[in-house]
Amino acid sequence: MTLMLASSGSALSGPVTLGDVALSVSLVAVAVAISAWQRLGLEADMTVATVRSFVQLIAVGYILSYIFNGHGWLTVLAVAVMVGVASLTSRSRAKRVPWSGAIALAAIATATVATLGVLAVLRIVPTSARAIIPLGSMIISGAMNTTSLVMSRLRDDFASNRREIEARLSLAQTSRQASRPWLRSALRSGMLPSVDSTKVVGLVALPGAMTGMILAGASPLAAVRVQLVVMYMLLGGTAFAALVAGHLTTGRLFTDSHQLVKSVRRVP
Amino acid sequence: MALEPRFEYRDVRVNGDGGPIVTGFCAVIPPEGLTVIVGPSGAGKTTLLRLLNRLDDPDDGVVLFEGRDVRQYDALELRRRVQLVGQTPVTFPGTVADNVGGDTGALLARVGLDPSLAAREADRLSVGEAQRMALARSLALAPEVLALDEPTSALDVVNKAGIEQLVRELADSGLTVVMVSHDPRHAELADHVIEVHPLNREEP
Repeated sequence: MTLMLASSGSALSGPVTLGDVALSVSLVAVAVAISAWQRLGLEADMTVATVRSFVQLIAVGYILSYIFNGHGWLTVLAVAVMVGVASLTSRSRAKRVPWSGAIALAAIATATVATLGVLAVLRIVPTSARAIIPLGSMIISGAMNTTSLVMSRLRDDFASNRREIEARLSLAQTSRQASRPWLRSALRSGMLPSVDSTKVVGLVALPGAMTGMILAGASPLAAVRVQLVVMYMLLGGTAFAALVAGHLTTGRLFTDSHQLVKSVRRVP
Repeated sequence: MALEPRFEYRDVRVNGDGGPIVTGFCAVIPPEGLTVIVGPSGAGKTTLLRLLNRLDDPDDGVVLFEGRDVRQYDALELRRRVQLVGQTPVTFPGTVADNVGGDTGALLARVGLDPSLAAREADRLSVGEAQRMALARSLALAPEVLALDEPTSALDVVNKAGIEQLVRELADSGLTVVMVSHDPRHAELADHVIEVHPLNREEP
């Protein structure tokens, strides 16, 4: 095995070869064996996941090295594709919210542009593909999870609390006023995971960016600085995504006349 | 009729998931006294009531409020003037005074509650008290119409009689009161009765 941690520092003693990757599949074989032994029924899923991850990541690797080799204009395209795929995924998680695809696109795009924009304008990170694409992917996946959560949570909360919401509407409150308690709790639940992981970072888990840098031979302090930027960026991105998704979703679940839309009223 | 009707349903149809809940519905609600919309469950009574303050809109036909389509009013303005109180009382977080607002003491007295309840947490009220508090909260907005959805259905016999008497008093005080009920006895309380019948379909 080439993958060994040197005793003097935290760095791989050489690049991981495809042969090494093949050897690491032995760990998947162990997982598949456990699944078969315990009758978990996950063997097929695990095999598919292993093959998929291999194909997807190798493809991404080639695409990234192509982009990094001076095709900088592809950076924007790559980020746009990621935002698009994330929006489609988020839409499928909140199908019962009208216009969920458009809401997800607005929320994830806003989070991505605003967060990367701040990092770039303040010159915290270089505007090169090497910085923008990995950071972008982290913001986008964080924003995607938050957006899905906020959209589906709002819809479910409105449906299950429609008696109270309609009591508020009947007292001549606007739809914004009547929905405020549930909007607040949806925004909180959309942001809490990133707040919590920011709190316990380093205590519970060494985050991915930092682990990767340390494995690649960077000094722990340099890795920590990058990780701090990543955490704060994720907090900001999540907040943007939650806010945009929350307000747009609320707007779509009420009519202009401050009525809950039929799909929310009629579903038990 | 000498007076212009407060409300008029004109050929109203409301669709449910499996077909119309009401269709071709026509009726008039006069400005004075108590109008009871009576009929078995599943006849669309609640739906008809919800059209009055626009929690719901008809799929066909119109509902007129003082001669104008309810959709021509600002929805919030309409709801201030037409107060709808639901079947089971909703209490908001906080005290009774937080819920009712305005001159809480006088409003509580008007609905037959002890004004000293003002300081109590609203979620500690009994169902009967909460129903009266919900009425007081609506009266705080000085509405012209009270639309009540089965206001006694969640109550025991004693509380039922109390609310029925209160509804009668409110109607006599000059408010237009519209009450939906599946209890045929309530037709006897009424100045005007609108009977509704279920359509030939299963009501969810």
